[in-house]
Amino acid sequence: MSTLVFDDVTVQYGHTTAVDGVSLTVPAGQVVGLVGESGSGKSTLARAAVGLAPMQGGRILLDGAPVPTRGRNRPLQMVFQDPYSSLDPRMSIGESVAEAMPRGASRAERRAEVERLLELVHLDPARAGVRPSEMSGGQRQRVALARALAGRPAVVIADEITSALDVSIQGAVLNLVRELQRELGLSMLFISHNLAVVRYVATHVAVMHHGRIVEEGPTAQVLATPDHDYTRELLAAVPGTKPQTGTPR
Amino acid sequence: MRRWKGVLRTPLGLAATALTIGVLVLAVVAPILWTDEANAVDTSDILAGPSADHWAGTDNLGRDIFYRTLVATRLSVELALSATIIAVVAGLVLGTAAFLLGRRSGRLVSAGINIAVAFPGILLALFFAVIFGVGATGAVFAIGLAGAPGFGRLVQTLVAGIGSRDFVAAARVAGVGRVRILFRHVLPNISEPLVVNATISAGSALLAFAGLSFLGLGVQQPRYDWGRLLMDGISSIYVNPAAALAPGTAVLVAGLAFNLFGESVAKALGVGVVGGIPALPRVPAAPEAEEVAAEVHHQHDDVVLDVRDLEVTFPGPRGPIRPVRGITFAVRRGEAVGIVGESGSGKSLTALAVSRLVGDPGRVDASRLELLGTDLRASDSRAQRRLLGTSLSMVFQDPMTSFNPTLRMGGQLAEVARHHQGMDKKAALERAVDRLRSVRITEPQHRAHQYPHEFSGGMRQRAMIGMGLMGSPALIVADEPTTALDVTVQQQVLDLLAAIREAEDVALVLISHDVTVVGEVCDRVLVMYAGKIVEDLPAGDLATEARHPYTRALVAAVPDMDTDLDEPLAVIPGRPVDPADVPLGCAYAARCPLATDRCRAEQPPLETDAAGRRVACWHAGEPIDVEIRDREDVYEEVEAS
Amino acid sequence: MWVLVTASFLMIHLIPGDPVRAALGPTAPAALVAAKREEMGLDDPILVQYWHYLQDLFTGDLGTSIVSQLPVSEIVSQRLPATLQLALLAFLVAVAVAVPVGVLMGVLTRRGHGRRTELAFTTSSVVLGIVPDFLIGVGLVYVFGVSLGWLPVAGNDTPSAYVLPVLSLAIGPAAILSRIIRVEMVTVLEADFVRTARAKRLPARTVYLKHALPNALTASLTLGGLILGSMVAGTILVENVFAWPGLGSTIVSSILNKDYQVVQAIVIVYGAAVLIVNTLVDVALALLDPRSMIRED
Ligand SMILES: Nc1ncnc2c1ncn2[C@@H]1O[C@H](COP(=O)(O)OP(=O)(O)OP(=O)(O)O)[C@@H](O)[C@H]1O
Ligand code: SF4
Ligand SMILES: [Mg+2]
Repeated sequence: MSTLVFDDVTVQYGHTTAVDGVSLTVPAGQVVGLVGESGSGKSTLARAAVGLAPMQGGRILLDGAPVPTRGRNRPLQMVFQDPYSSLDPRMSIGESVAEAMPRGASRAERRAEVERLLELVHLDPARAGVRPSEMSGGQRQRVALARALAGRPAVVIADEITSALDVSIQGAVLNLVRELQRELGLSMLFISHNLAVVRYVATHVAVMHHGRIVEEGPTAQVLATPDHDYTRELLAAVPGTKPQTGTPR
Repeated sequence: MRRWKGVLRTPLGLAATALTIGVLVLAVVAPILWTDEANAVDTSDILAGPSADHWAGTDNLGRDIFYRTLVATRLSVELALSATIIAVVAGLVLGTAAFLLGRRSGRLVSAGINIAVAFPGILLALFFAVIFGVGATGAVFAIGLAGAPGFGRLVQTLVAGIGSRDFVAAARVAGVGRVRILFRHVLPNISEPLVVNATISAGSALLAFAGLSFLGLGVQQPRYDWGRLLMDGISSIYVNPAAALAPGTAVLVAGLAFNLFGESVAKALGVGVVGGIPALPRVPAAPEAEEVAAEVHHQHDDVVLDVRDLEVTFPGPRGPIRPVRGITFAVRRGEAVGIVGESGSGKSLTALAVSRLVGDPGRVDASRLELLGTDLRASDSRAQRRLLGTSLSMVFQDPMTSFNPTLRMGGQLAEVARHHQGMDKKAALERAVDRLRSVRITEPQHRAHQYPHEFSGGMRQRAMIGMGLMGSPALIVADEPTTALDVTVQQQVLDLLAAIREAEDVALVLISHDVTVVGEVCDRVLVMYAGKIVEDLPAGDLATEARHPYTRALVAAVPDMDTDLDEPLAVIPGRPVDPADVPLGCAYAARCPLATDRCRAEQPPLETDAAGRRVACWHAGEPIDVEIRDREDVYEEVEAS
Repeated sequence: MWVLVTASFLMIHLIPGDPVRAALGPTAPAALVAAKREEMGLDDPILVQYWHYLQDLFTGDLGTSIVSQLPVSEIVSQRLPATLQLALLAFLVAVAVAVPVGVLMGVLTRRGHGRRTELAFTTSSVVLGIVPDFLIGVGLVYVFGVSLGWLPVAGNDTPSAYVLPVLSLAIGPAAILSRIIRVEMVTVLEADFVRTARAKRLPARTVYLKHALPNALTASLTLGGLILGSMVAGTILVENVFAWPGLGSTIVSSILNKDYQVVQAIVIVYGAAVLIVNTLVDVALALLDPRSMIRED
């Protein structure tokens, strides 16, 4: 179990500041839900953590030490939104998973590990040789989870992993995320724009707006007694919760 | 490999392949067989026209032009291929440089490529020809290097396309190095287009080489390629036209062969094997409008839309595909009806069919399709267009792409009034401004003069709704109107739709995959599965009173703000039905926890109960054992696939 | 532009061996070569030469032809009009043919309509597009000049002499351009906003001309610009087929005569022409497309 700390992180693309001095802690063994509208900087923050976005300021620390973004050892892993573009169409799913494993294992060890991981995400290990094109969106997203786990991460970042999936598959992936997190004791940053989904998987929630964290706290507390106006607005907008009044501004 | 065979399926592809092979064979054998004939000098017979001895006549030394043309194949092809190799190698280096180098130097390289690409190949070739000097070797380098920027740009675009995919990002996150990513993930995924384009480049190089030699800048005497022969031939074109035409034809055939071969391969790989889809049989013409009018309105007057046995059919490679398989429903004045279902269940097609927007080659059949009592199946008439244009309004999913980017907003709204209500430009624009105001767009006067890209997503969707209000609609059909929007903006749009419905007594058909959205906005919900309505119930009953197993699963699979945090979410195992392959019996049987043998054999009819609710299920309302579902969760999808 | 100018400066300096020696021939006395080098400043350090070159260029002094001893600027200005005429006429013909044909084909072959028409059109336009202009030229010369004897095949003295060169330059680009326009038209007709226009029940003509066409043209222009640029260079070959007294025939003879001052100047002229065409295309794009930056402020 590890703690992931964002300390005053700033990311700029040209003149736009996507992430503006964000400080956020993902406590060991907990799931922090990150919510906010599109363009609020959620994904950018995640990409900065794994070295896919350039940071202009601040630090990202894993158990007190900077997160390595070079070399083979990557204790921070990420699962992407679109399961149709996050797997190489030319590699079998077994190869994709194996590629993310630490070096040095023998062939047989690798095979065994791939089977274990596929089993873990409820996929038939016998299908390791199958290509992604033969799988459904939900199955692909499971492979993506298995690949993230192959790196033996201390922390996993999940970026909108259910939003590209059909409603009927979403539930299965969410169940799996909860199960894995509990069994493996992972720390997790779970990004979503859907408050109901975050409520279901996350112990803590952070609300992002215009590149800043505007509110943060235990999920139940934030959802029951929101402090910030924007959080209230978000809550009011969740379909099925609100009498039809409200005027657009 | 199977896809490569697709090349041979088209006549053009077959011809191109045969020609390419022919040219390559000729390049190998011609010099071996006919070098002597080609070089035999006969000063007594110079510049002769075609004859039995010399099919294409002779040149100024009396040498046979036909044989010379054949023998020249090898040199021409060799030079073209060498130039192509140079172009490909240099292009690969240039194109991948941006990926391998950091951001900054990468940008510099691509800027360089972009400048070079803007310059026509022949100009670059001349430039390099000056540097490398006149002659065959110089020309090879000149043409090769001139082709490099173009190829480099192609490589760069392809690499950038793959490089931005998430699987490359995933590999980087997993700690895979850049070079390794390039060779393992990027290059294999772009190899097909590269090979195809290299073939096409070979054709172009051949033609370009002919061009340089023709100018006298390529191959020099006494060696000869087609371009050289052409140059010599054209100077004597009045004496012996064949001397120019023979090598000219050769260049043309060979160049076309390579080019077309590449293009056919590209086409075959890009589109897959399409073996000509049979068109659908013509439908008997819809009943004439008058006949229908005579068919009495035994309906309540307040029915806005009346649909019976609606089917949508597309031609498929293995027989017609029917994604919408007989749908019956009616919408009353002011009523809000929601349609929910998984992706591919036929929701959008139903909406398009109702509004007569299913384009070719799709076909819409129905035993009744009436808007405000007018039969929409009748052929497209002016009156029908006006009715649809003013009484029915459509809102589509993606507000970003649903407006014409080159026209001003006001004009796009005003169009409706001008065409259907005969307003002049000024009056129509005034109405447009008024409508924009009515959908709560601030400063409508100013906004009407702006272009779509100056509107935010939510504003565009409101403007789209406003466009539907230009006439006096009785029905708004909204297909996922909020899916592309943020939650807070989604709420504004839903509120607006509700307000309009109330104020103008307009009926609404709201399509969504999100049960909670539909539950909040609508009075009644139609649940679709595999192109059929499986349940029709009041929105208020959705959460607790749903009787169809699919509806119940759909509701339980989506977490809402009241979901029990200690229970796993319900799961619908397996995959949706492929419309090309609909099973006998109940389409949901393969995924249904209540399925029995009867379900698999007999299709359950859509039955109406006393309260007017409809459901199509043999075991409607029976309790579902949660335990069964949990066990099936393991490997569930494998079973179904 | 600077890149272009510098590149053509470097071109001469990258030529292996001594350009003066090459131009005057191996038999020229060493003293003459040395004098000539002195006169051209070839013995100065390279940066000094570059500086002089830029200065001269700025004042319109393109140097003197080493072969004919005429000022290069004079040669260029004599030859330029003929080339310009040829390129402009061909350009107009190509656009005038490609736009209507492309649009019509796009409408006729949308959504799997007219599969035969599509096959015929695509095949013929691919073939016509690939055939290089000088071969089309040769073909035209043979048919109309030699066999039928209807049209002159050389020079530019009579209006009828324009027909063949202009055609041979225009056919290829017209074919490619119309193909691009067709593809864009078909794509645009599938776009969401065209569906919106249909949902408004506008007459078909309005949908095609008002909604689809401007978008199809904007999309075609980017690629089309490259093709128009290549027409400029296409004059080089076509002029040589028809003995057209323009820059194209001059540059080739100059290369063969190793008259590098002239080559250098003409390369600059051609390059500049390509740049101008590209700029014009960018401007046209900006005018057509409201999303572009220029319109915004
Ligand atoms: N033009 C077409 N040609 C052939 N098949 C089509 C065509 N348009 C749609 N289909 C098929 O019809 C089926 C239903 O499509 P439809 O768009 O109505 O689904 P939907 O319920 O709206 O799904 P989504 O939630 O993804 O929007 C799909 O299987 C689709 O592949
Ligand atoms: S008919 Fe049978 S298979 Fe179909 S939904 Fe009802 S119980 Fe399930
Ligand atoms: Mg849809």
